[in-house]
Amino acid sequence: MSAVLITGFGIVAPNGLGTEDYWKAVLAGESGIGRITRFEPDRYPATLAGEVDFDPAGHLPSRLIPQTDHSTRLSLVAAGEALEDADLDPSRQPMFGVGVVTANTAGGFAFGHKELDNLWRHGPEHVSAYQSFAWFYAVNTGQISIRHGLRGASSVVVSDAAGGLDALAQARRLLRDELSAVIAGAVDGSLCPWGWIAETASGELSPAEDPTLAYRPFDPRADGYVPGEGGALLVLEEEAAARKRGAPRVHGQLLGHAATFGPRPDGSGTVSPEPLRRAITLALADAEVEPGDIDAVFADAAGLPAHDAAEAAAITSVFGRAAVPVAVPKTLTGRLGAGSGPLDTATALLAIRDGVIPPAVHTRPAPSHGLDIVTGQPREAGLRVVLVLARGRGGFHSAAVIGAPR
Amino acid sequence: MPQPLPELTIEVLAQILNESAGEGEDPGPDGGFADVPFSDLGYDSLAVLETAGRLRRDYGVHLTDDEVSEAGTPQSLLDLARRRISASAS
Repeated sequence: MSAVLITGFGIVAPNGLGTEDYWKAVLAGESGIGRITRFEPDRYPATLAGEVDFDPAGHLPSRLIPQTDHSTRLSLVAAGEALEDADLDPSRQPMFGVGVVTANTAGGFAFGHKELDNLWRHGPEHVSAYQSFAWFYAVNTGQISIRHGLRGASSVVVSDAAGGLDALAQARRLLRDELSAVIAGAVDGSLCPWGWIAETASGELSPAEDPTLAYRPFDPRADGYVPGEGGALLVLEEEAAARKRGAPRVHGQLLGHAATFGPRPDGSGTVSPEPLRRAITLALADAEVEPGDIDAVFADAAGLPAHDAAEAAAITSVFGRAAVPVAVPKTLTGRLGAGSGPLDTATALLAIRDGVIPPAVHTRPAPSHGLDIVTGQPREAGLRVVLVLARGRGGFHSAAVIGAPR
Repeated sequence: MPQPLPELTIEVLAQILNESAGEGEDPGPDGGFADVPFSDLGYDSLAVLETAGRLRRDYGVHLTDDEVSEAGTPQSLLDLARRRISASAS
């Protein structure tokens, strides 16, 4: 079977807009988490988030501004960077040869909030006609497709925060089928009062007001996570097609993927390592690699004691105790919904490129977890194969195996 | 006190289009924005609907979705809106 190459990517993250800004911030341990500025957060049980603030007019054509949610604008910026990085001109590809697969957890929530506000404050005639699609889960796929003329099979994957990795898997399916290239991944975020009500209702957010005390996954003091916005979009290409068009660079390969679901919806809902362990084992088998081949694991890192313990147990059951370095760069951004999986994937590719594992911040991992979590300073390491994990609410578990360029 | 509305002219309509749906494509060296089809200006049907929403809010002009989608150019949308305004004034 032909390899699936990653030939480009674009990153939008709370600690950096664009790949190189982000990577510099990650290696320097610069966090993008702070007090919410998008709205007044004091009346809510959590006040911290990883916001991506930027001037859309500086990045996007004026006609796209009135019709897009913030997360869609960020998606378009990431897609543009990814295509540029891959030097892929869709107009020179077969008309139906390039597709888009994105994931997200909420759609254009902030846009919807604004229009609800218009509805109740000013009346129905003040609701934007663009509300008809701007709120929708599939909107990022649609807008990227329209902007770049991508007419190949396209879709959207919704499996909460695991969706970003599942989007990469869906892209691989499309490449095996008929497409030559797919833009895939996720840029997510719903930072608005309406979205915040939904997010905080889980009771899983850190109540801390000091960013250095919030979102400390695997730490005995872990008290929840911090949400953020952003993510990454990647260009995946079928190997022969990439060679044929002369793709200027290969960042790496998507070697394997698996998704599992658990516990059973009719069960007691106990948090268990089993679904994640199974996802890891299946992804390794899919990639035809052994646990010993994995040079680093990018953890999901829920920031909740029971979920952290389950993830640690899943990792150690496959690899052994402290047998593989674990990276948690999302301590610098917060959890970006579906965006985190693709962002971790892109970060893993940068880590492979530069031979360095980025550090987690603010967390002092409990030794009882048995994980070798890289903290404090970046750790130099020759990386060939990296495992990326992502879990979503309601039982979604996904694992992706990313390899260095051959 | 609210400002009196400016008379609805092609310039005012261009401004409303711009605010509702963003800047249009350059109509080219022949100029002539007014009679260039919306699609050539880069405005899709929703952009025109959004603009019609503004006409309704600001000028009290009620156009049906069908009327809006049949008005293919800024000039025909303007003519339609102005006819409606003068009909309601008389």
